[in-house]
Amino acid sequence: MLPVLSVEGLSASYRKNKVLDNVVFDVEPGTMTSIVGPNGAGKSTLLKVILELHPRLAGKVAFFGSPYPKVKSRIGYVPQRGSVDWDFPTNALDVVMMGLYGKIGWLKWPKRSHREKAMEALAEMGMADYASRQISQLSGGQQQRVFLARALVMDADLYFLDEPLAGVDAATERAIMATLNLLKSRGRTVLVVHHDLQTVEDYFDHVLLLNRSVIAHGPTEEIFNESNIYRTYGGTLRWRGARSG
Amino acid sequence: MSYAGWIILTASLVGVSCGLIGALLVLRRMAMMADAISHSVLLGIVTAYLITRELSGIHMLIGAIAAGLLTAIFIQWLHSLGVQQEASIGVVFTSLFAIGVVLIATKVGNAHLDVQHTLMGEITFIPWERMSLPWIGEVPEAVFILSIVLIIVLIAIIGFFKEWKLTSFDPALAASIGIPVVLMHYVFMALVSVTTVAAFDAVGAIMVVAMLITPASAAYLWTDRLAMMMALSGVFGIVSAVSGYFIAVWLDTSISGSMAFSTGLVFLICFIASPKHGIVARFMRPTLTST
Repeated sequence: MLPVLSVEGLSASYRKNKVLDNVVFDVEPGTMTSIVGPNGAGKSTLLKVILELHPRLAGKVAFFGSPYPKVKSRIGYVPQRGSVDWDFPTNALDVVMMGLYGKIGWLKWPKRSHREKAMEALAEMGMADYASRQISQLSGGQQQRVFLARALVMDADLYFLDEPLAGVDAATERAIMATLNLLKSRGRTVLVVHHDLQTVEDYFDHVLLLNRSVIAHGPTEEIFNESNIYRTYGGTLRWRGARSG
Repeated sequence: MSYAGWIILTASLVGVSCGLIGALLVLRRMAMMADAISHSVLLGIVTAYLITRELSGIHMLIGAIAAGLLTAIFIQWLHSLGVQQEASIGVVFTSLFAIGVVLIATKVGNAHLDVQHTLMGEITFIPWERMSLPWIGEVPEAVFILSIVLIIVLIAIIGFFKEWKLTSFDPALAASIGIPVVLMHYVFMALVSVTTVAAFDAVGAIMVVAMLITPASAAYLWTDRLAMMMALSGVFGIVSAVSGYFIAVWLDTSISGSMAFSTGLVFLICFIASPKHGIVARFMRPTLTST
């Protein structure tokens, strides 16, 4: 089967430091992959380079066999929560509707049908009561749910999420994972930059261990083991296994 | 229309154009950029004058757009070479502004431009510099140019409202769904430039910054909706400009100075009284905290 995402020999630098070096991997459709690695391993940069938000030095990326500009509408991106200004004068519903801007098209204003769709997505994330709440008045977990609702309305085939579980409460973590599993059950493909090694085995069927280049990539049960993790983190982490630790 | 009527109309047009553009400037955290462009636009005006030998509106607008874009590009370029953002803004605009001042003081100083005028503006002369328009008749040239600029600003903001909102709030998502974020940045810089130069005659290079930033900052305190913030910002701009004019007449002092002072006054009132973020409201109820 044609891979949903195919990355070949990708390299990129950030402020003159090479942060990605010859990254190679393919993602199969309907999988849920966590991208795991130490700080500075280039996880977020990898997403940005794949989505052409950050320049690449070398390499090729194909989505469903096509280059990015041709398939933009089939791809959903959820940036890190900290990457936006939560004091911006807007409310939760409005942020969710932003996920529809690509479909609404130039020079047009959102219609009632867009509003209803956004409302449904908020409800799906358990956030219907907060639709008209100014976004700075939401907790971190609620803000992340709004971001997830925005991803839902994008109705993409392939999702990239940058640290969606960072700094959220347990209820939000459950809600987000339920949503991601729902997407997966609908045949969508999900890539998640993830920081918590303890939950990798529970949450994700595939894992990509990254430290400037791909250390290991494959089904979680096959490659998420102590030796691969040591090779990824070097001496920077003491890890005693997911469950026993 | 009477002399005072034209001045109030001019001031209101300045207020509303600056207010609308200012709202986006504040939200994009580019207040410093407005300061930079308002100064380097001077070089554009002087250069346009040196080339065409006339102080006509259209030449000044083109010169201003060129200077404004040049400023934005230079700042971006220096920043990409590793100079801090604020430092590169400071270096670029002072240099371009200085070239403008030097050129005025040597070549064209005795003609129509002088440093005092460009820094402070001279709204009192505006009703006399007239041009005739079909159907409408005689109007001050500044009013005509300000109206054109306001129409351009309105079309740009209303037509691309959701694109401005998304590129300001979440440029990464905007870029990922195919909105040309960089192009929109430079279009915005061009809008700031034309607004600045149109307001230039009325309030000058220094005061226009107050008209751009302060009403928008005051509007930000009242609302959680971007469209409402822009509308309020425009209204505050008009209120500041008009009340500034009357303060100046009353005290027999600088009009542009009074207008800028009025923007500060409006902001102060909002800062104390606004229901959402004002000082009084903050005392009245505990603030909601977010993590």
